[in-house]
Amino acid sequence: MSEPILKVENLKKYFPIRGLLRTVGYVKAVDGVSFEINKGETFGLVGESGCGKTTTGRTILRLIEPTDGNITFEGKDVTRLKGEEMKWFRRKAQIMFQDPYSSLNPRQTVFEIIMEPVRFHGIEVDDPEEFVIKLLESVGLNEMHLYRYPHEFSGGQRQRIALARLLALKPEFIVLDEPTSALDVSVQATILNMMKELQREHGFTYLFISHDLGVVKYMSHRMGVMYLGKLVEVGPADKVFENPLHPYTKFLLSAIPVPDPELARELKKQRMKVEGEPPSPINPPAGCRFHPRCPFVKDVCRREEPPLVEVEKDHYVACWLYAKS
Amino acid sequence: MPEPILEVRDLTVHFYTYAGIVKAIEKVSFDVYKGETFALVGETGCGKSVTSRALTQLIESPGRIVGGKVIYHRDDGSTVDLLRLKEEEIREIRGKEIAYIFQDPHASLDPLYTVGYQIAEAMVVHGTVKDWKEGFKRAVDILRRVLIPDPESRVKNYPHELSGGMKQRVVIGIGVSNNPRILIADEPTTALDVTVQAQILDLMNKLKEEYKTTVILITHNMGVVAEMADRVAVMYAGKIVEIGSVDQIFKNPLHPYTQGLLKAVPNPLARIEKLETIPGTVPNLITPPSGCRFHPRCPRVMGICKEEVPKLKEMEPGHFVACHLY
Repeated sequence: MSEPILKVENLKKYFPIRGLLRTVGYVKAVDGVSFEINKGETFGLVGESGCGKTTTGRTILRLIEPTDGNITFEGKDVTRLKGEEMKWFRRKAQIMFQDPYSSLNPRQTVFEIIMEPVRFHGIEVDDPEEFVIKLLESVGLNEMHLYRYPHEFSGGQRQRIALARLLALKPEFIVLDEPTSALDVSVQATILNMMKELQREHGFTYLFISHDLGVVKYMSHRMGVMYLGKLVEVGPADKVFENPLHPYTKFLLSAIPVPDPELARELKKQRMKVEGEPPSPINPPAGCRFHPRCPFVKDVCRREEPPLVEVEKDHYVACWLYAKS
Repeated sequence: MPEPILEVRDLTVHFYTYAGIVKAIEKVSFDVYKGETFALVGETGCGKSVTSRALTQLIESPGRIVGGKVIYHRDDGSTVDLLRLKEEEIREIRGKEIAYIFQDPHASLDPLYTVGYQIAEAMVVHGTVKDWKEGFKRAVDILRRVLIPDPESRVKNYPHELSGGMKQRVVIGIGVSNNPRILIADEPTTALDVTVQAQILDLMNKLKEEYKTTVILITHNMGVVAEMADRVAVMYAGKIVEIGSVDQIFKNPLHPYTQGLLKAVPNPLARIEKLETIPGTVPNLITPPSGCRFHPRCPRVMGICKEEVPKLKEMEPGHFVACHLY
């Protein structure tokens, strides 16, 4: 459980902003992110819109080419993979998207949707129909659904089909990019439980990206909090929730509406007040990126970027309140 | 004794589609009291938005309000059935005495007009200001009230120049511009990030206290309900299954659907080993299940549930449930 299957070091992704004739600037979507994911664990990545969590997920899979940084998967440098090795990586590392309405081809039947990647990767299957039925059953669907089209399914069922499709390739690492954000809570609960079950059964490693802190807490062993392209805190999910260190994490946690009216009344009184909204990642603030909104801001925060330091076992934070300058 | 401001009785809305008649809401009844925040909760397609829109006849073809009454208690003590008013008459009330805030701030604002113009327009149309000039002046005050920094220059901005959270503040500003007696907020924070959501919910609470507005909040987020509501109605497949105070609903949920819904929410402050799920899916409302509409998914289903539609019964003061278990 302790061996990292994926290592991300100083990952950067800058998107150029093109003017009339030349590049006039960069959107620094991901700006120096490092973390490791151990085999068989779920690493949760949380943050608000535009913090770079989705770009991080996609860059790791090289669906977007990174600007800089190293990605190591099972000892191989992903940024340099080519040909057969890249094809191996494409099979071992999968992604599940947020929107179950656009991630399935509306002109293909469920059978075709699931068999296409299997054929592409040249995986030998004795009886394709039986193979697909088995997969459908593992996600709570059945042979009745084999020759139906995506429009005949609800959102939750489509996410099941997307799950069955990636299971067909026997991956080891799966990026789950807001897989239940488009679903109702009762459906979400079913899908989350199923993903946990499948992890136990097959030993999958997950990178779970979400803006919903309750969902991340439920799913993750360890987690990272992103703000404006940077990881501000990394640690075991329980510790981050019980003892949040970074002011942004505290702010984020205190902003969640709690489904308990009595507790909500209590918490409302002590809610952290932070004004404004995240600034643009085109010209991020110097020093610590949270400093213009931070209630504990010091001089050093405006000048220097805080390093990620270990405050308690496995619990890291990038904040000058904890680091020595 | 709380004073009702709205009494909804047997409200029924059907949509006449090619596939058949969608019975979106069926005999929905509830009271809303003066000055409270009343939440309508439920999952996609349960009819909560349709209910909120039907209150002021905001139902477009192919939908039609088939039956029911919405008794509105006016400021002068008289009452009026909103569903019997003519289009011109209801327009006098809608946007002035009963205002709406919708989910998507991008769609609620017209991209071709400045935000100041759009706030002023709401007041000019309802005659709460004497001319456009005064309207623009008041728009600056309203932007200040919804805590938009630098309102004097923001008033000249177009919607695309504002962030999502700022736009929703403008939409709230338009909603409260005529000091409405009832504010209907349909998923006002669903399109926003949690930290922005917290700011907007704070703002709504502040405005509510300041102006003694009654708020009807439509949401699927149980956390938002716990934080905002005084009373809650839970809807399922076009029916209200349970009504009670926020503490009654969360501490002592009676309907198996409410119980299931609460247990399916991943609470970030609790350690949860396994989330409970509600088996099955939401029924098709063209041919809804007989009897109790929840019976095909109910873990405690009995024979009578398939045959008879359960009525709302008062179990403790103010706590009603529609279930044959009780």
